[in-house]
Amino acid sequence: MWDWTFTFEILPVLARAAIMTIEATALGFAIAATLGLVLASIRLAFPAAGVVVTVLVELIRSTPLLIQIFFLYFVLPKAGIVLDAFTAGVAAIGVHYAAYCSEVYRAGFENVPRGQWEASIALNLSPWNTFKDIILPQALPPVVPALGNYLIALFKETPLLSAIAVLELMQTAKNIGSETFRYTEPVTLVGVFFLVMSLVSAGMVRMLESWLQRR
Amino acid sequence: MNDMPMVRFENVSKRYGPLTVLDNLNLDIGRGEKVSIIGPSGSGKTTVLRMLMTLEAINDGVLWVDGEPMTHMMQNGKLVPATIKHIRRIRAKIGMVFQSFNLFPHMTAMGNCIEAPITVLGMKRSEAEERAAELLDMVGLSAKKDHYPSQLSGGQQQRVAIARALAMRPKIMLFDEVTSALDPELVGEVLQVIRKIGREHDLTMLMVTHQMGFAKEFSDRVCFFYQGKICEQGAPAEIFGNPKNERTRQFLNAVLEAG
Amino acid sequence: MWIRMLTAMLAATLLLIALLSANPEYRLFMPGLLEGAVLTVEITLLGAVLAVFMALIAALAKLYGPLPIRWLSTTYIEIFRGTSALVQLFWLYFVLPQFGIFLDAFLVAVLALGLNIGAYGAEVVRGAIVSVARGQWEASIALNMSKAQMLRRIILPQAFTAMIPPWGNLFIELVKSTSLVSLITLADLTFKAQQMNQSTLKTVPVFTLVLLIYLAISLTVTIAMRLLEQRTSRGLTRGRVA
Repeated sequence: MWDWTFTFEILPVLARAAIMTIEATALGFAIAATLGLVLASIRLAFPAAGVVVTVLVELIRSTPLLIQIFFLYFVLPKAGIVLDAFTAGVAAIGVHYAAYCSEVYRAGFENVPRGQWEASIALNLSPWNTFKDIILPQALPPVVPALGNYLIALFKETPLLSAIAVLELMQTAKNIGSETFRYTEPVTLVGVFFLVMSLVSAGMVRMLESWLQRR
Repeated sequence: MNDMPMVRFENVSKRYGPLTVLDNLNLDIGRGEKVSIIGPSGSGKTTVLRMLMTLEAINDGVLWVDGEPMTHMMQNGKLVPATIKHIRRIRAKIGMVFQSFNLFPHMTAMGNCIEAPITVLGMKRSEAEERAAELLDMVGLSAKKDHYPSQLSGGQQQRVAIARALAMRPKIMLFDEVTSALDPELVGEVLQVIRKIGREHDLTMLMVTHQMGFAKEFSDRVCFFYQGKICEQGAPAEIFGNPKNERTRQFLNAVLEAG
Repeated sequence: MWIRMLTAMLAATLLLIALLSANPEYRLFMPGLLEGAVLTVEITLLGAVLAVFMALIAALAKLYGPLPIRWLSTTYIEIFRGTSALVQLFWLYFVLPQFGIFLDAFLVAVLALGLNIGAYGAEVVRGAIVSVARGQWEASIALNMSKAQMLRRIILPQAFTAMIPPWGNLFIELVKSTSLVSLITLADLTFKAQQMNQSTLKTVPVFTLVLLIYLAISLTVTIAMRLLEQRTSRGLTRGRVA
């Protein structure tokens, strides 16, 4: 059933692919966290533009990430923007999770008491300084755990990149499978990798959460 | 069996970790007796009711209800911890009204009053509804029977809660600071209902209260709790008119001054 | 968002689909895509049924089961939340046959997605049960109910209301994750899109239509859940009269 020799044979190959998975996760989340903050800030600063952002966020969250990956990969070239599979895939994942992150930031902004804005006006701070020095430092720390949970969710969705043949873990496992006709070891190993990584990082998020609460 | 009191606390203790909430309590409550428990917060007075309702487990001692042990049962002539089946049989004799009403928010006033009679006692719906209608009438809420708790005032909710408890035909009624969560102008209507029950029903009543005036006028006996012990007990006239214990005097002075 | 805005968005989406279909370049794809959409909806519905069932069982087992059962349920929840839906799908699809278990792709799809969403749902159910006020348990004890009676008549009905919004989100996740079944050869909406894209290279019309169709399905689910929420919370939130 389970072949240990085979397992050790494929382990280095999978380990290299795991690095690709982690790279995709890091880049994707960098986009998600930054773009999400921009979206939430736009909504905060220009209520009129907020409706557009709301609809956009709803649109992104209501359609499958896989379709969005295909969309960027196949449609952008028609507009003259040619991206390699990795870039297109990571960009799609980043934008998808930016929609989720923007909601997290929004909740963070809403949790800052009104009095903080009013006190800043009373001190004659400019809107930009109020946002940068008063609101952001209070809004961000409480939402870090929620962002952490989206980081884990994003990480678990990177196997979707296999659909456009990015050589991350899942694709590598499938390739091994189709070459050797043995799927049990590679696919199970991928599952175990994701399980361990998400359990560990979920534990870290919980620790962060309790640290933030004690602070 | 009838010479046994309705409720007996026999060397009952309750601890939360290192904190002793009730220390070796001995207390008998007679059939039909109306006893008020007063005392500062943290004195363990609410715990007395909660243990009797089996909301809190006891750490030591035995609790007797209507001549039978409730927390324990007889097996081969020895008292052993009770099974849930035994507890439920004894618990059927007790009803409780809470400080925060605890009505079921997804059921109307009528629904609250017929739920347990149907599911627990196995009553027919028509019979349960008839009985609930009588009780809602007694607490003055016939007109509100199809209202949900969120549509009722605090005083009305508490009256429904009283009717709900009575619908189970208990022999003992526990009232846990039932007017503490009410706006001052709504306290009277609830106390009125309790007075009426005291007159019309043959119930043993045990209440924790901050309404000294009501305790004085309504109860047969008043127990003053202090730091997990009964510090002084006796007829209301005695306790309120001529308290023997220094702690009781201090407490009553503080309460009367405040309110 | 409010139901009215969602309904407007749904109407706009459907209108846009209709307008685009007037164009022959788009109309060409509609029959095939709708065929795929039917499979997508089927998998969603069956997956949802399995997910709710698993979530209830796992949550109650984790809360009230004896220790081994509690353990089993925790393991299920952690495994299915800790690995992604695609990994689970591939595992069931590629690995089970090597153990001599041959399931048809449709069954694998429903099973993988239902179990995946069910694991998340279990935590939703558990959270909702735990969040019911302690006084409700105490009142039920004071009325001498049995544990089963308390759960069935008092706690679960109240938890149900609290569960609806998070379940709404989970069902949207389910709709979206059905797109993964295209990777195990099931001819759902995404599969059809890929196929048409490859055979005609009309990328923009195909993917625009597909996005709009998914949006319409998701919005329908969201609106349905909002309506359900309104209905069930009626008794709980009706305004104070007195």
